[in-house]
Amino acid sequence: MIINMTHGSGGQATSELIRDVFAAHLGNSFLNRMEDAAVLPLDNKHQRLAYTTDSFVVTPLIFKGGDIGRLAICGTVNDLLAMGTVPLALSAGFIIEEGMDTVLLQGIVISMAEALKEAGTKIVAADTKVIEGRGGLYINTSGVGYVREGLEIGASQIKPGDGLIVSGTLGDHHACILSHRMEIDNDIESDAAPLNGMVEALISHNIRIHAMRDITRGGLATILNELCEASQVSALIDHKALPVKESVRGLCGILGLDPLYMGNEGKMLFAIHPEDVNKALDIIKTAPYGQSAAFIGHVKEGKGVYLTTDTGSLRTLPVLFGEGLPRIC
Amino acid sequence: MAGIESIIHALKAYKGRTLTLMEVCGTHTSAIMKHGIREHLSPHIRLVSGPGCPVCVTPAAYIDVAVRFALTENHVLVTFGDMMKVPGVNGDLYEARSRGGRIKMIYSPLSLLDLARENPDTTYVMAAVGFETTAPVYAMLIKKAREMSLKNIRLLLAVKTILPAMEAILEAGTVDGFICPGHVSAILGASVYEPLQKRYNKPFTIVGFEGPQLLSAIHDLVQQAERGVSAVHNLYPSVVNHQGNKKAQALMDEVFVPCHAWWRGLGLIKGSGLALKDEYGDFNATQEEIKEDGTLKGGCRCTDVITGKINPNQCPLFGKVCTPTSPQGACMVSSEGACGIWYGTGRTSP
Amino acid sequence: MCVALPGLVYEIDGDTALVDFKGNKLKVNLGLVDAKVGDYVLVHAGMAIEVMKKDGAQELMDILEELEAEVYGRD
Repeated sequence: MIINMTHGSGGQATSELIRDVFAAHLGNSFLNRMEDAAVLPLDNKHQRLAYTTDSFVVTPLIFKGGDIGRLAICGTVNDLLAMGTVPLALSAGFIIEEGMDTVLLQGIVISMAEALKEAGTKIVAADTKVIEGRGGLYINTSGVGYVREGLEIGASQIKPGDGLIVSGTLGDHHACILSHRMEIDNDIESDAAPLNGMVEALISHNIRIHAMRDITRGGLATILNELCEASQVSALIDHKALPVKESVRGLCGILGLDPLYMGNEGKMLFAIHPEDVNKALDIIKTAPYGQSAAFIGHVKEGKGVYLTTDTGSLRTLPVLFGEGLPRIC
Repeated sequence: MAGIESIIHALKAYKGRTLTLMEVCGTHTSAIMKHGIREHLSPHIRLVSGPGCPVCVTPAAYIDVAVRFALTENHVLVTFGDMMKVPGVNGDLYEARSRGGRIKMIYSPLSLLDLARENPDTTYVMAAVGFETTAPVYAMLIKKAREMSLKNIRLLLAVKTILPAMEAILEAGTVDGFICPGHVSAILGASVYEPLQKRYNKPFTIVGFEGPQLLSAIHDLVQQAERGVSAVHNLYPSVVNHQGNKKAQALMDEVFVPCHAWWRGLGLIKGSGLALKDEYGDFNATQEEIKEDGTLKGGCRCTDVITGKINPNQCPLFGKVCTPTSPQGACMVSSEGACGIWYGTGRTSP
Repeated sequence: MCVALPGLVYEIDGDTALVDFKGNKLKVNLGLVDAKVGDYVLVHAGMAIEVMKKDGAQELMDILEELEAEVYGRD
């Protein structure tokens, strides 16, 4: 098999690549959980370390609402947060193509510094490599943090009855990048943001969060499917409840795309104990980056993800197949 | 009252003879899935997807030619996004790109005019697939390119016309009525279906893409079929008129002539394609005839699926060796193909 | 078979218009239609293929009433 772009889409082709190549040889009880971050026990049995890594290859490097640097910090911070972690420190690896202008590079690094400050963490180790190319830039970041004592947050912790909340409008980042690439003029900004304020507020109010997941590649539909599979439950969400910006809907209409399959970079999906759902929604809405949060549905017994459509029927929401591409037909 | 609630109730309660209704438009297929239309229908109403997804019906050999252009020096293969994942005999456009092929995804073919002017040493080969809605866009591109004396734009033509395919399906005798493609009808006009409607005595309903519109069209076809009447009904007059878009038709006539065309899953259908007229021949990317290659895998029943004879899950390959990540036949190729949709939505009701 | 979306014409320059789709502005070719600023046009692959005539939802209700009376009969 030859790798192509669908293997990086976050959909089914990505899962198959991970299963057949990576998990097949590197698999172990931590990696196999396929969480946003691995949770490792320390010698002191009460303490657990969360560890994650992510690489950022976006073009263009600078876009409305952010750049690759902000993305690289927010992505890793949010992956740590998703396990109920206090981020401790990050590392960064820069792979720079020849031809890169240091003014541009510096701008990206300043944006990283700002995002780190906002997230309340720092980069403690870094590496630089230069390769042949045309002025491109790739960034890998890894992060570690402590998992708060007593918290059991994870993809397999979801229970029937849980309420599902998304922390804001769907598809913004993907729509922003596509607009740049397809040269469509609009005001859609990437939502790249560190969600530490929001997650800390929920935890400090003792909200019983069963699972959280950063809504990135593959979009809400793909991520919800992954969570349901890990917890052996099903989910029922309501089309009418899904928060999507009008301009993102417009772009999706033009390009024949579905916001349910488009990624964000600063949105979290929460599965919350039924008694805490209303309180959690209030907290998220008043937290930074949570203004457009919405309750979207419930967890149920069974398998699969279902959507109540605008005509009142129920349909299955599968994971993303292939790359989410503009289509004409 | 003709409220949507009463239509939904009637569609669920329908107990008459089993009707097979076909749409022939990839956007209808997609909208039917998105609005959950099938879930409202009685088991006596079969809703099937015909050969309306231009990506699905494009022969595998065409993809190979497109790949070849992508890998040719000083050439860029230009395409809509949905062609990227269609498998050819030897790989798809993704693989071509991973082998260094130059591929540009666009929304508007006319955006090629600026590109071609700015990069005179690069030849832009447009993967020109689609039906009558997209054909005028290609015709306009060619006319403008000629006006601007641009010599570096070519069309790799596989444009198809839907009426000959609908006629082939009517000949197979499997369909009780058509949901007519909304945007093709905008170009061709509602009157274009009248000869087929009269000859085969089947109902044709033109409609848009919203949930209530689709439900109304299905209800209309059921009502007509139950009463044994047949007519062309236009439920989309905000966009579709009787005679269609005359300017678009004239432009197509100026640039194209009908030709035979090969359909993935259906084979050769006479007069079902559009070729460039001789005076525009220099915009042709290739003279070779791109045939369906007969590489349908053993047991693949795409032809029966496209003509509405069977449901996707009645094909022996479905969901076993034929899945969206390794499609064996035309209908699984695109997420808008009949099998792709059945697979994606958990193959529940027909 | 073709994705097409209505958008509002708000600027015309020769046969090209800027068309707004819920805040997304695109250059659209008007060569196939007679559209003026303020019209809604149906756009496919960068070309306006038709000028929209009136409110689609109301239109559907009107047709259904008509069909009910003339074709389906009253049950």
